[in-house]
Amino acid sequence: MAQLAAVLGTGQTHHAAKRLDVSMAGLCREAVDRALIDAGVELADIDAIVLGKAPDLFEGVMMPELHLADALGATGKPLLRVHTAGSVGGSTAVVAASLVQAGIHRRVLAVAFEKQSESNAMWALSVPTPFVMPVHAGAGGYFAPHVRAYIRRAGAPEHIGALVAVKDRRNGARNPHAHLRQPDITLESVQASPMLWDPIRYDETCPSSDGAAAIVLGDETAARAAPGNVAWVHATAMRTEPTSFAGRDQVNPRAGQEAAAALWRQAGITDPLRQVDVAEIYVPFSWFEPMWLENLGFAEAGQGWKLTEAGETELAGRLPVNPSGGVLSTNPIGASGLLRFAEAARQVQGRAGAHQVEGARTAVGHAYGGGSQFFALWVVGADRPGD
Amino acid sequence: MSHEPLSAELRVEFAYTRSLGPTLGAFLTALREHRVLGVRGADGRVHVPPAEYDPVTAEPLTELVEVGSAGTVLSWTWQPEPLAGQPLAQPFAWALIRLDGADTALLHAVAAPGPGAMSIGLRVRARWAEEPVGAITDLACFELLDSPTPEPPVRTFDEPVRGTVSPVDLRYRHSASAAESEFLRGVEQGRLTGQRCSVCTQVYIPPRGACPTDGVPLTDWVELAEEGTVTSFCVVNVPFLGQRIQPPYVAASVLLDGADIPFQHLVLGIAPEQVRMGLRVRAVWRPRDQWGHTLENIDHFTPTGEPDAPFDSFARHL
Amino acid sequence: MPEVAVVGFAQSPAVRRTSASGNGVELLVPLFQQVYLDTGLSKQDIGFWCSGSSDYLAGRAFSFVSAVDAIGAFPPISESHVEMDAAWALYEAWVRLKLGEVDVALVYGFGKSSAGELRRVLALQLDPYLMTPLWPDSVSIAGLQARLGMAQGRWSERAMAEVAARSRADARDNPEAQLIGTPTIEELLDQPYLADPLRAHDCAPISDGAAVVVLAAGDRARELCPRPAWITGLEHRIDSGQLGARDLTAVPSAVAAARAAGSDGVQVAELHAPFTHQEILLRQQLGLDEARINPSGGVLAGNPMFAAGLARIGLAARHIHTGTADRVLAHATSGPCLQQNLVCVMGGED
Repeated sequence: MAQLAAVLGTGQTHHAAKRLDVSMAGLCREAVDRALIDAGVELADIDAIVLGKAPDLFEGVMMPELHLADALGATGKPLLRVHTAGSVGGSTAVVAASLVQAGIHRRVLAVAFEKQSESNAMWALSVPTPFVMPVHAGAGGYFAPHVRAYIRRAGAPEHIGALVAVKDRRNGARNPHAHLRQPDITLESVQASPMLWDPIRYDETCPSSDGAAAIVLGDETAARAAPGNVAWVHATAMRTEPTSFAGRDQVNPRAGQEAAAALWRQAGITDPLRQVDVAEIYVPFSWFEPMWLENLGFAEAGQGWKLTEAGETELAGRLPVNPSGGVLSTNPIGASGLLRFAEAARQVQGRAGAHQVEGARTAVGHAYGGGSQFFALWVVGADRPGD
Repeated sequence: MSHEPLSAELRVEFAYTRSLGPTLGAFLTALREHRVLGVRGADGRVHVPPAEYDPVTAEPLTELVEVGSAGTVLSWTWQPEPLAGQPLAQPFAWALIRLDGADTALLHAVAAPGPGAMSIGLRVRARWAEEPVGAITDLACFELLDSPTPEPPVRTFDEPVRGTVSPVDLRYRHSASAAESEFLRGVEQGRLTGQRCSVCTQVYIPPRGACPTDGVPLTDWVELAEEGTVTSFCVVNVPFLGQRIQPPYVAASVLLDGADIPFQHLVLGIAPEQVRMGLRVRAVWRPRDQWGHTLENIDHFTPTGEPDAPFDSFARHL
Repeated sequence: MPEVAVVGFAQSPAVRRTSASGNGVELLVPLFQQVYLDTGLSKQDIGFWCSGSSDYLAGRAFSFVSAVDAIGAFPPISESHVEMDAAWALYEAWVRLKLGEVDVALVYGFGKSSAGELRRVLALQLDPYLMTPLWPDSVSIAGLQARLGMAQGRWSERAMAEVAARSRADARDNPEAQLIGTPTIEELLDQPYLADPLRAHDCAPISDGAAVVVLAAGDRARELCPRPAWITGLEHRIDSGQLGARDLTAVPSAVAAARAAGSDGVQVAELHAPFTHQEILLRQQLGLDEARINPSGGVLAGNPMFAAGLARIGLAARHIHTGTADRVLAHATSGPCLQQNLVCVMGGED
């Protein structure tokens, strides 16, 4: 990359199933204002804005960034609207970083939001398409067969999904911004929760949240001017493959593998499990933790569940995964990816509060979308690349 | 292919529930009681409709200012054939109206006898809805000063307006691709056909506009069997808005013999907990008089009773 | 920073209604084939892909997802998507090339405006709390803008009709145009109003279509194209979403973008003006008195939403490719009344 980019500050809203106290603009600004304060800058210091969110049908507004221009501080400035399905929050950060890395802008604001309470995501994702067999049942119905295939292929014990749910929800209880905060959740209570999309149980699924996230990115000069630690962007990657094709591996998609390989190469990481201190991975259904551990190269194919089972992905484990509570605790769809990227930055900035991983220097943020076909990733570090 | 592609109506209908926040909430709370509030901008301008954030400084705007419910037309246009959802059913004018005491313009409808009655500088006044609900439509429209409608009584409410409901109802013509249409015409005749890619030789059902791995149109048609293998599945227990099949049901990926990609369908005739990966199934068609251009002609798939397919035979189709 | 050029362009004919499905695949496959043929590239050579389209145009969430079938996106590709006109996808791709990690990018946009009721669909771009519930349609809103300019003496119905007549006459040389002809001004002014003061000829037609642009960096561009259209300035800005607080007879975002992109001395300008008065407004605001405006006929001769802005860039670049101009400008717009604007200035090397 031509220039270095760094996360100067991050912000996120309080997340809830229904944020009835704010408009869409107010929701975005709650995150933006916090990110600006965290970065020690004002809206006037921002050169460009990148907005990400998932389908417009969720809020019933076509290209809502048009009406949000004033609230985003974008009026008179460049404003890009990214939409790469569920990975969009990650793509938003990657595009914002590229604007800095290409030397085009000094400070860029990345914002992502979803106000799911304006409609109903299950409805928006399952509007019956003519001529198609109407068996589709939202994201859970889509991914459940993949989970079943993973369990079969990896020979994973049935309780792994519940273990992930317990860990992420307990982590979420340490995160004051999390939507679901369940410090008392247990393996037994997860396993006793209703089976929604067999083999996925209720407590193994993400909530539906209203929320927003924002990140201020800056170049080296801006990073030097920042009041606190910055998170340097060491690598970014995005990869795509078609939703379905003959012989497609939907359990361990090649686009994810190649995105990760490109990411590690760019970041100079040869042994991710050893060199990465913390990972914020997009896990909307608990079984995706072991699946993505394998896809990202933290474990060999079929072995990811062993890391989970051994407790290695817990806060004190070898690779803490989703110390923030992850998507399982908070899921404003379009913002969920940016939350992962922001939480990764907060960890290496040492600003993660009660869910801080001790001594985190290198962190990965991950998002995926569509039918496990769009991947966006970044590695951020406490150290300036090259130092 | 000699036929036009098939198409059907796709209706996107939802009543969106919008939370408002303090500024818009105050505006609609007042509007419900026949009062119009503006908000003062950073440059001193009074914005009506209220701006939540200043267009110049992006500051949140919260200083509410009451303005008049009559105003002046800054610009107008004529709607000779009103569209669904618009404020008036008979021809009317759209106008940018600067209310007395405001500095910006509100877009709304003006009830007028014809375009000849409209002009820039025209004075208009609010006509209030009979049944206020806490929405911009509580302001039914504007009307000419010389044709006032009797004002409905002002109601009082205990609770402020915090949210507003915004129905969206759009109708689309959804078209199948040429290849999918040909496939559906076969289904309508009780035939299951796929298309083979000339590059990778894989057989797709339903056929696609292009081979997803080679980006070329698919050309060769292949007749497929009615039997296949469940490669994976999910038991749907969750009910949701718009669902067309009563849960619980088994949504399975069915790989027809001769095809290289599974499609989603129902599996019945077996208890959900006994469905398994590798289960051999056969199509059960609906009565012929119910057939149309849809895979719903197949009511469901049911077990054939054959031994399960070995995992390796379908492992690459998970 | 590597210099970046437009080296390839293809667009489908703009038509009132295509029988192709709304996912863009059938429209895009022949266009990809066309630019591969023209440039000698294959899909393996493309280092980055970016597209622009709209879910609400198609009426389905994630409508862009199946468009990647047209690419044959396996092995996986480096790819992104904007929910905007694909001119902004070109911007994102241009940034990627500027980073120097890849040297060729392919940008595409597609839209099937005929699938829904476009005038109503576009009402969803307005303030969702206080405007969309009234369902003001896109043509009526443009009518309000047209009248404001007329009242200021900035243009007249006759001047607007002249734009329409020139568009249709110019479009006779454009094989992808939807509306062509040689109407007289009087004939046009005899037509009824659609949204007073706008008549049908003042409004871009409803069009289905797609467009593809290939970008390349540095020497790679010189290999692929005898006369690359080098991007010397690419800028975009947005104005407030408060329609009633904007001065609708000015386009500050377009002016700022053009100034930053360096628009002086352009010989040809392809302006994305969906209404006749907007072409006049842009010409005035951008100071394009010396430039030949919309020799393709502009979007008044065919307006495939979400591809039309990208197509302006491709059409303007063609003048560099063929040597009929040395410095050109392309403009793309988005949102009601020219709210968001992008300006791309390109030049030849010699």
